[in-house]
Order: sequence, then C-alpha cells, then structure tokens
Amino acid sequence: MEVEIIAFGIAKDILKTKKLTIEIAGHTSVAGLKKQLVTLYPEFKALVSLQLAVNASYVEDSYIIQTNDEVVLIPPVSGG
Amino acid sequence: MELIQITDDKIDTKACIAYVGSADCGGIVTFIGTVRNQTKGKQVLWLEFEAYETMAIKEMSKIAEQAKTKFGVEKVLIHHRTGLVPIGEEAVVIVVTAPHRKEAFLACEFCIDTLKQTVPIWKKEFFSDGEVWVSAHP
Repeated sequence: MEVEIIAFGIAKDILKTKKLTIEIAGHTSVAGLKKQLVTLYPEFKALVSLQLAVNASYVEDSYIIQTNDEVVLIPPVSGG
Repeated sequence: MELIQITDDKIDTKACIAYVGSADCGGIVTFIGTVRNQTKGKQVLWLEFEAYETMAIKEMSKIAEQAKTKFGVEKVLIHHRTGLVPIGEEAVVIVVTAPHRKEAFLACEFCIDTLKQTVPIWKKEFFSDGEVWVSAHP
C-alpha cells in the first residue's frame, strides 16, 4: 500500500520535500516504516531522535500503519 | 483570544494576562520566552518557528490539563509564535493563575519544561553565515 508522509523542520530538509508518498508492505509498523526511511535517507541516522506521529498523536513503535493514516515525521522538537 | 493558541502575530503578553486574570486568583505567574541575540557566543539574527499545528495545539492543551490536575491551578494560557521572530520578541507566553502563588510557579515551570519536550514545534536559528535547526543533531 501507499502511505503519504508529511515532514517538518529538518526532516523536510532531509526529504527535500514537505510531502512524500512511499510504498510500504501491508502490516508495516511504525518501527518498520522508520527503518525503511532511514535506509532511504541515511541522514536521519545523525539526528538526536526521530519519531512518527499518526493522526496528530504520538504512537508506539508497534503501531501498524493503516490506509489513510496521516503520518508525520517528528524530528527533535525545539519549541519554547 | 483562546487559552491555547499558535500565532504568526506578535504575542501581546498584557492582553494574555488580562484574559485569564480573575478576582478569586491571587497568584498569576507568567513565563515569557524571548528570542536571544546569541547562541554559544555566536550572533543570532532572528529565529523561525515551524509548527505541526493540529498536533501542537493538542499537545499544548494536554499540558494545560495536566498542569491543572497536578497542581490544582485555575487557568493555564499557552501562546506560541510561528514564522520569523525578531530578537527580543516573545516566542512563547505562558500564564498560570491560582488562588496561591506556589502552585502557580510550579505549574508554570512544568508547562514550559514539558512544552520543550513534547510539542511539535521547531526552531531555526539564522546567523550571518547560515542557518541551523536547533537541537536536531547531538
């Protein structure tokens, strides 16, 4: 299935785009998707952390990505 | 005005305080995070903040609710600026009201500490020779 990934902050610079559609296997977990992204874009390895938010909430690494989920890359936050 | 807000406009701290003040709360604690002119001795020209707005509002509301439950304070206002912010201007304003000061101080500190850890907002520092996403790399 296809999943659209939205990127903010430095993640946007690494992907060189705000939105990216990639092909993932069925039953791909958040951990699996992260691994796939790090393989495609090794620059993610240099970050302090990389989280994925699904539908505007932090999710566990074991969460299985569903069709139509809003998946957002959350590099280290630095508000305030 | 809302209690929890993300805005491209300059934050009016006085208006924020007036918005949450009430006769039954004798303690109002305000934290104002402003844009510093240097980082590790290097001159900063301005900052840019980017937010994943729907989630940031959700996380900020969660923090405000936790502060109320944890410390028994009355009202919590959290406003965060986005876009380009010049030196000296407010990046974040947090106002906590409570019947007594102690809880208000504790709750205010909890809010800014947690905001920095969980709210999806990113800060970019602009220097004369380039720009850097803050805290991205070790």
